[in-house]
Amino acid sequence: MKTKNLLEVKNLKQYFPIKTGLFKTKPLKAVDDVSFTVGHGETLGLVGESGCGKTTVGRSLLHLYEPTGGEILFNGCKVTKKTIGSLRREMQMVFQDPYSSLNPRMTVEDIIGEPFDVHKLYSGRKERREKILSLMELVGLNAEHATRYAHEFSGGQRQRIGIARALAVNPKFIVCDEPVSALDVSIQAQIINMFEDLQAKLGVAYLFIAHDLLVVHHISNRIAVMYLGKIVEISDSDALKTNPMHPYTQSLLSAIPIPDPKTARSRRRIVPEGDVPSPLNVPEGCAFQTRCRRVSQKCTQSCPPLCDKGNGHLVACWHA
Amino acid sequence: MSDYILEVNNLKTSFYTQSGEVKAVNGVSFRLQPGKILGIVGESGSGKSVTAYSIMHILTDNGFITGGEILYKGKDINRFTKKQLHGFRGKCCSIIFQDPMTSLNPVYTIGNQLAEAILLHTDKSKKQAKAHAMEMLELVGVNEPAKRIKQYPFELSGGMRQRVMIAMALACQPDILIADEPTTALDVTIQAQILELIQSLQKKLGMAVILVTHDLGIIADLCDEILIMYGGRVCERGNADQIFYAPAHEYTKGLIRSIPDITGNKSRLEPIAGTPINLLNMPDGCAFCARCDNAMRICLEQIPEELELSPGHKAACWMNVKKAADENTVFPGANR
Repeated sequence: MKTKNLLEVKNLKQYFPIKTGLFKTKPLKAVDDVSFTVGHGETLGLVGESGCGKTTVGRSLLHLYEPTGGEILFNGCKVTKKTIGSLRREMQMVFQDPYSSLNPRMTVEDIIGEPFDVHKLYSGRKERREKILSLMELVGLNAEHATRYAHEFSGGQRQRIGIARALAVNPKFIVCDEPVSALDVSIQAQIINMFEDLQAKLGVAYLFIAHDLLVVHHISNRIAVMYLGKIVEISDSDALKTNPMHPYTQSLLSAIPIPDPKTARSRRRIVPEGDVPSPLNVPEGCAFQTRCRRVSQKCTQSCPPLCDKGNGHLVACWHA
Repeated sequence: MSDYILEVNNLKTSFYTQSGEVKAVNGVSFRLQPGKILGIVGESGSGKSVTAYSIMHILTDNGFITGGEILYKGKDINRFTKKQLHGFRGKCCSIIFQDPMTSLNPVYTIGNQLAEAILLHTDKSKKQAKAHAMEMLELVGVNEPAKRIKQYPFELSGGMRQRVMIAMALACQPDILIADEPTTALDVTIQAQILELIQSLQKKLGMAVILVTHDLGIIADLCDEILIMYGGRVCERGNADQIFYAPAHEYTKGLIRSIPDITGNKSRLEPIAGTPINLLNMPDGCAFCARCDNAMRICLEQIPEELELSPGHKAACWMNVKKAADENTVFPGANR
């Protein structure tokens, strides 16, 4: 069975109860009514500032949290508590911190081999070992590293181990949660290239979560921008860069540090004032109103819906 | 007295660990003029932060300055007594750290911590110190300073905390501000705010700034001079245009190539091969030679000297020596 989109997320909601008193709780709307799709073999970038819910989206997709509301369809199959066991053979995750996401007591061989054990994907010890070694070769690790422990590796190599582990079950979709932000610039490029190579070779689709717009733009086909639990803009990555429509995307783009002195000197920054409001007190209406330069009365009254502005460029702003 | 407010000559700092001596900084020299911004760029383990900590004399217990001198207005800080150092830190030179969450004391109010620095270095009364603290908060763009002064660090956002750190560092109007990765823990929009703040305060107060970072993007339009560090040594120095448009060290070239193109060209990235250097096991020659595509025999054997390529632009790479040799005179030892 092959559907048009590999992954369809409809009105996903993820609330966490926060204690505000002895018996009182208040919902923290980490993800509020988010819908998007990911095509076969496509990379969707997800950007936003810390606390905007981008990691929560990734985790909800894999049912690491039980979603409060909404629907996730993977290849036409609804992701629920019952189906997720088998669906995790098709959906995997690469975590941000390569230092804490690998078990320090397991050898590399066992870390990469664990998905095989869980899903019983081999017939004998020899086949297991062969599969592990071919995965290690795929991500650029030497066979002699198999018996070592995670602490013996540098950050970039650890991230390779994490990626090999995610690839073990031969998934169709990987959630990459800030996979390069803990790495040095020179190593970042190695890992980004590897993600691209693996996609070309295996046809795997990514949800690439990051805060670095330059990196996300480089790797993604489409980009979704999140602010305080909502998607404010989603479009083709080049269109988003050349023609950002939401004021938040515009300021986000203008705030990127540009590694080029001439461009950096000549550009005009539109830095939004103030801080991101606490997700516990999201203002009524548009979430960005407290920092927006184009705020009007309408923005304070009702929340703008995501509207198509042509060519699949969706924006949630009354003024776009 | 010299024209330079800070001169670092051949600084060497080592850490003594169970596995041996780690030479974190291995002969770094630079000079800082008053009112200028110096950027120090490098990967983790390149010695950029240790250089900053050495200047402040705030190394951990197993870290020692093993050689070189740090001259503040002509006086060697390494020979300062403990008391002199107390006077130097905060009043002459102060530092802001990467993580504003952990560098503020969680059990004291913001006002308390700000006033502490002021009371320590000036002869202001408690009341005056509090007023000064509020002025400082106003200066760094914290809204409602009267309210903030009674708040604890956990009540503030990351950007606000970093502003408080900056206010604290500037409370006694130091001549030098060292910013050690001041925006790494912050979001892009907040990062832009903080960088603009540092730049405007630097202009307003006329202090010198040392900006330590791993992000080439931050320094491009901010710094008067840039040092690129690798393996505890300076491999290239120059102004932004020289570094970005005419990089002369193989490492700098690799760094610039490995950043995604800002113009939106999605061509494949060209990463630097290999992994960062192990400081316990330094090669005899150039620290970068193991990852360098153009390494020659001499790179393995001998440490390259810094060579001046144009006014203010220096690089420590044998390639430049070879190039000069190819063009006119004979150079010994540059055969592959």
